[in-house]
Amino acid sequence: MLQNYAGVGVFFLIAAIFPLILLATAWLVRPKRPSPEKLSTYECGLETQGPTWVQFKISYFLYALIFVIFDVETVFLYPWAVKFQALTLFAFVEMIIFIGILVIGLWYAWKEGALEWL
Amino acid sequence: MTNPVIFWLIALVVIVSGLMVVLLKNIVHSALFLVVTFVGVSATYVLLQADFLAAVQILVYAGAVSILLVFGVMLTVRGDIKSSNLFNRHKLSGGVVALALFLIVERIILKTEWVLSKNPAPESTVGPIAEAMLTKFVIPFEVAAILLLVAMVGAILLAKGEGKPQ
Repeated sequence: MLQNYAGVGVFFLIAAIFPLILLATAWLVRPKRPSPEKLSTYECGLETQGPTWVQFKISYFLYALIFVIFDVETVFLYPWAVKFQALTLFAFVEMIIFIGILVIGLWYAWKEGALEWL
Repeated sequence: MTNPVIFWLIALVVIVSGLMVVLLKNIVHSALFLVVTFVGVSATYVLLQADFLAAVQILVYAGAVSILLVFGVMLTVRGDIKSSNLFNRHKLSGGVVALALFLIVERIILKTEWVLSKNPAPESTVGPIAEAMLTKFVIPFEVAAILLLVAMVGAILLAKGEGKPQ
């Protein structure tokens, strides 16, 4: 089984090394004539405004919370999906109930306006 | 048996990134290194042939919990973020407590007689979990859904406040 994960390891290595190669090549090839304008922070071509670190709105945090809940739900969904063909109708009904309970939560979040983009 | 070099490499990644979480001064960078720690821990799960647990670790911890942490930090931190994760004046007492905890855990680990299973590792880790979850442990499974629901409703209530603002 572990041999199957060697590919994942190779992926990780390439993902770590490739950006370094890109940055190193760019550093070697590029001309170096800095000026204050060039060294200023890039913000879509406009002049930057205010500090970099700003306080987020609470509504973004609600998105994150709901995301975590449904992320945990996928942990339960995944084994069910893998074994779907071997499981009975009973398991299907169970999962429908499970999802139904969580949809109530989604409905509540919707009703409370937690999904509104401000 | 896997090459111990792989294990030590993963252990190095976990320990170094764990130290970075504590030592970095910007708490958002600490949170990002926490993601590296989580991914390293999931790699050790793979070494233990618990691949479902590894997937869950990446999905929930590296994916969701770290996002929640970063959002929480961004919501609460005021002032200069570059010095948001500093040491306070209790370096010595903190070190003593950490050392004591380490010694206790180390004693327990060395005193425990670890029983190694003779059975080979299961071929599939997901299948037995699915079967147990959906046949034998039905009630805990549905209770988990209710728990998630309660968590979600509670979080929304806390964040939004009860009732409509006047």
